Amino acid sequence: MTEEIIIAGFGGQGVLSMGKILAYSGLMQGQDVSWMPSYGPEMRGGTSNVTVIISDHRISSPILFKYDTAIILNQPSMDKFESMVKPGGLLIYDPNGITRHPERKDITVCKVDATKTAGEMGNQKIFNMIVLGGFLKMKPIVKLENVMAGLKKSLPERHHKLLPLNEEAIKKGIEIIDIINQAN
Amino acid sequence: MKGNEAIAEAAIREGVDAYFGYPITPQSEVIEYLMSEKPHERTGMVVLQAESELAAINMVYGAAGTGRKVMTSSSSPGISLKMEGISYIAGSELPCVIVNVVRGGPGLGTIQPGQCDYFQATKGGGHGDYRLIVLAPASVQEMADFIETGYDLAFKYRNPVMILSDGIIGQMMEKVELKPQKKRFTPEEIINKYPWATTGKPKSRERNIITSLELIAAKQEAFNQKLIKKYQEIQENEIKYEALNTDDADYILVAYGSVARICMNAMEEARAKGIKVGLIRPITLFPFPTPIISKLADKVKGFMSVEMSAGQMVEDIRLAVNGRKPVEFYGRQGGMIPAPEDIVIALEQKLIGG
Repeated sequence: MTEEIIIAGFGGQGVLSMGKILAYSGLMQGQDVSWMPSYGPEMRGGTSNVTVIISDHRISSPILFKYDTAIILNQPSMDKFESMVKPGGLLIYDPNGITRHPERKDITVCKVDATKTAGEMGNQKIFNMIVLGGFLKMKPIVKLENVMAGLKKSLPERHHKLLPLNEEAIKKGIEIIDIINQAN
Repeated sequence: MKGNEAIAEAAIREGVDAYFGYPITPQSEVIEYLMSEKPHERTGMVVLQAESELAAINMVYGAAGTGRKVMTSSSSPGISLKMEGISYIAGSELPCVIVNVVRGGPGLGTIQPGQCDYFQATKGGGHGDYRLIVLAPASVQEMADFIETGYDLAFKYRNPVMILSDGIIGQMMEKVELKPQKKRFTPEEIINKYPWATTGKPKSRERNIITSLELIAAKQEAFNQKLIKKYQEIQENEIKYEALNTDDADYILVAYGSVARICMNAMEEARAKGIKVGLIRPITLFPFPTPIISKLADKVKGFMSVEMSAGQMVEDIRLAVNGRKPVEFYGRQGGMIPAPEDIVIALEQKLIGG
């Protein structure tokens, strides 16, 4: 098994940390992982993305140009990465702020209303965990217990009291993700 | 762990005595990590942010003269600033490890990854006839491992070692296994191991002088010839490379560092199309793996160098092949990264179609 994922959105949405948690989750279940961020002008504001690879084998290139899954959280990322999903692959997006919805019919497209749901749950910061939950519903490549272990490892100890809230957010994401188009 | 952090942690565990640096993207995590780890509490290691790159490299020069394990790191423009000091360190035959996490240039260029400092690292960079031993890691694991390899070589040959990485390997996170903590050498151990070091003059021997200055031409030439002999020895003994699928290959890709990883994907794509492609990944850039490339030149149809540069390592491949087979080049610059698909297309157009 090899899963090649791009997560892309605005800086500050928790794109890099979502990738980190996913990578740590893979690590926790003994898989090879790589996490390659865009570290350029993006991290000084604007768009941000991270490539995460989880595999049973040695990972060759950490940089990719086609992805099994794209998790897209803003319009510029939609414009850039929709075309880079492999045929039959998966695109997950949050419709908040999206003006042009995905158009491809040869990939599975899912919507996860994470911004709205995070607002309803009273903490905007758990937005990325709702999205992550949605991804895990579609691609259960890492077990929830390993995600929680990964989360614990990547969160500083002073934030560990937030672990239950994050778990709740992941479960919410699993619940609310919506398949818009099934790849044929 | 990020590549830059792996270098920093490996340095602490190697028992490095001092790090002198100045921050620059994309390698600032090295000094950030060192500062946050407080190695002076863990091993007594000194970590100091100098007022400039010039100051940092000259601190390295001074501390290396005392037989200590010393290190600095920077990225391309910062390494250019350090070049004068590096030439002096090489001219004084002192061991140290210098890390360059390369970004695109020239000038300030970009903060995105590049491999455009190959010439600077392998052919001099500073003035005078000298060589650095240059190691090119392709993974976070190798970033950590090459600290130990680097110090082994630096002290074995009394020569500065450069770890030539790039923004990709520096910034990415991967699984890494770290070596156990080594003890730093005591002053007595250093006196015994390195009789050349300036450790204080006992009555039993003459003064040790660390200098790169020699005004008598014949003496300077004798010193130059000693260096030449040392570099030949390094070329004979220290070449490292990885060879993949070369046994049945018709075409050989040559790439180092992060680009070698991308070439592994390109190799798979080409083989899926029925093109027999192999890969040579030089791990030491100086000494360059000339013998294996020369050997392969007798049996394959051609070579292609893939680099994030305008074509630098390709010259060393051409020297190794010496006109026997075509040697082509495919590269991207400015922080752009070559895609496997484009590498295969370039291979088809430049080597197979031609």
